[in-house]
Amino acid sequence: MTTAVLEPEATKEAKKTFRKVAIYGKGGIGKATTTQNTVAALAEMGRKVMVVGCDPKADSTRLLLGGLAQRTVLDSLREEGEDLELEDIMKEGYGNTLCTESGGPEPGVGCAGRGIITSINMLEQLGAYEDDKELDYAFYDVLGDVVCGGFAMPIREGKAEEIYIVVSGEMMAMYAANNICKGIVKFAEAGGVRLGGLICNSRNVDREEDLIVELARQLGTQMIHFVPRNNDVQRAEIKRKTVIDWDPECSQADEYRALAKAIDANEKFVVPTPLEIEQLEELLIKFGMFN
Amino acid sequence: MTLLRHTNTDIKPRKALTVNAAKTCQPVGAMYAALGIHRCLPHSHGSQGCCSYHRSALTRHYKEPVMAATSSFTEGTSVFGGQANLLKSIETIFEVYAPDVIAVHTTCLSETIGDDLPQIVSKADDKGFIPEGKMVIYCNTPSYIGSHVTGFSNMVNGMVKLLSESTGEKTGTYNLIPGWVEPSDMRELKRLMSVMGLNTIMFPDTSDVMDTPLNGDREFYPEGGTTVEEIKAAGDSSATFGLGSFASKAATELLTSKCSVPSEVLDLPIGLRATDRFIDAVRSTAGVEVPNSLTRERGRLVDLMSDMHQYFHGKRVALVGDPDQLIALSEFCADLDMRPVYIVSGTPGKIFETKVLERLEERIPEVKIANGANADMYLLHQWIKQEPVDLIIGNSYCKYISRDENIPMIRHGFPILDRVGHSLFPTVGYMGGMRLCEMILEAFLSKLDRESPDEKVELVM
Repeated sequence: MTTAVLEPEATKEAKKTFRKVAIYGKGGIGKATTTQNTVAALAEMGRKVMVVGCDPKADSTRLLLGGLAQRTVLDSLREEGEDLELEDIMKEGYGNTLCTESGGPEPGVGCAGRGIITSINMLEQLGAYEDDKELDYAFYDVLGDVVCGGFAMPIREGKAEEIYIVVSGEMMAMYAANNICKGIVKFAEAGGVRLGGLICNSRNVDREEDLIVELARQLGTQMIHFVPRNNDVQRAEIKRKTVIDWDPECSQADEYRALAKAIDANEKFVVPTPLEIEQLEELLIKFGMFN
Repeated sequence: MTLLRHTNTDIKPRKALTVNAAKTCQPVGAMYAALGIHRCLPHSHGSQGCCSYHRSALTRHYKEPVMAATSSFTEGTSVFGGQANLLKSIETIFEVYAPDVIAVHTTCLSETIGDDLPQIVSKADDKGFIPEGKMVIYCNTPSYIGSHVTGFSNMVNGMVKLLSESTGEKTGTYNLIPGWVEPSDMRELKRLMSVMGLNTIMFPDTSDVMDTPLNGDREFYPEGGTTVEEIKAAGDSSATFGLGSFASKAATELLTSKCSVPSEVLDLPIGLRATDRFIDAVRSTAGVEVPNSLTRERGRLVDLMSDMHQYFHGKRVALVGDPDQLIALSEFCADLDMRPVYIVSGTPGKIFETKVLERLEERIPEVKIANGANADMYLLHQWIKQEPVDLIIGNSYCKYISRDENIPMIRHGFPILDRVGHSLFPTVGYMGGMRLCEMILEAFLSKLDRESPDEKVELVM
């Protein structure tokens, strides 16, 4: 090899800033809502973001697209075969965000996990991640429970490099978060995936913030932001909008801006230290849930 | 002679690795069983490659064409489920190939994504894709469980489950579930039943399917095979004899619980005593006498065994293959005064070792038995390297060990890819016993002729 060309420093730097983020958490915790609101805030900051919905329900980009029925990658694959164009499956939403949905089979048949693998491979083949898209972020919004290998696809083989777990002060949400950490440990050993922090999506549980700060500490990570409960989120959802899009002046919009800023500035990426179930229960007793 | 030069004598405990497996896929067995139904088209619910491999695995052994259809899964099918493909398949197959029965078996892929065959087949029926009087039967055959023998057993079980019926009136017939044996063996088993004077329904029956004559005609569905009516009527028989517990027990017992047909599961009638037990069970159940011709047939086998006893005596034998065959063969080898010292089967099941030891009756204290995922040809070769044997009985894959170690072998079981005879000449019954003796003696004596020093070459043996 005599013709090795050194990459200019600038391009190296530019590539480094393309961050791939996966959002996990218990089902119903508000992953899709939190992701889209945060993405809207990042877009407002001028970041170029792609959202990849990895839930067979295909509801991860509704707020960004204003309720536009998104044709999923797998629907397109089924109807048109493998000869697809990126434009067929990628729509532009709020603030020039790029939105795709994996989609999947109807409940009870086929293999949704395989669907995620197929669609992420398809996106790669079609060049969704290439430099010409000039992406700052790709967000993977994944089905709540990582039930099989397919749902771990976004964190396999160096796809997503940082993970945020959406959690609340409720026992089952924390239990799920801890379980997801176990999964991250496994993939962190083989690849570069790291935990970026916990996002607390408040359910108005007593001493919730203290509880999640402590859980984060024990997991070796941080609570990156505490998102208070606010019905403006639901009001915006009914209008098929993110909060920032619906009412940029409201207080909840600032919460998502703060979360977006914290993620944008985050430098704390760790391999988590999952808790034993006894430790988790002790935590709950300590913070007064079992009174 | 160093094809297997990497085999060493140092046996280390293994958890996961299998080297030169002593088994193959479940659907191979399911497909073979399905071919034993008259005018049946086997259907593989999975990707094309599975179906091609299973067909060719059978063709290479039986030297006959094997017709089978496939659901032809694509990537989309694996995500959205195989229902659409199977429905279309059933519609097309009945339209174009007009079989009496389609026998669907699954593959690893369709099993893992969880396709629900009963639901899909009933949907095909609702849509009118199954013409009047035609049938679709099915069974689950994931290859990561069991072996080709399990697949065979599952398909035969499916025949009983979906076809056999009891009308409440006994017809006086007797059922014979023959297990996975050669077409020649199936023909011989039918002959034995007929010599005993019994009206028999044997299923599956691959004679005249997998051993068809070359006569210039090409028939898509050969003459042989048990008809659907016969399998239905099996529910009205007086009794069922199931041969070989691994291949036939499930279907035999299902027929008892579903249609109240009394049953007995016996060893495969390979060798003197296993055949004796089979004939005696038939005699006492049906209340018939053993005809003199059969007694004289038995006598000829006993005569051969005693005439040539000196050549059998004390010979160490390694057996590898399928469990039902090995259980019977280990007994026969010991009855010939040989020493079956190594017994290996890739098919799992704890009952295997128990059964073999039972048949050996403590005559071979040094016997080593292994079966299941980690019981492979490599282990057998290691044992042989530690202490050699005089004879290997097994399928064609044994020939590498035989060649490397200069040990004679006779081919028995599945698959036999490099010799003929197995599909034409039986090894079951007394006739089969004589053939086995002849093959074993040929292996010993030709080696003796070849390797004896000049002054020791015997004309009369």
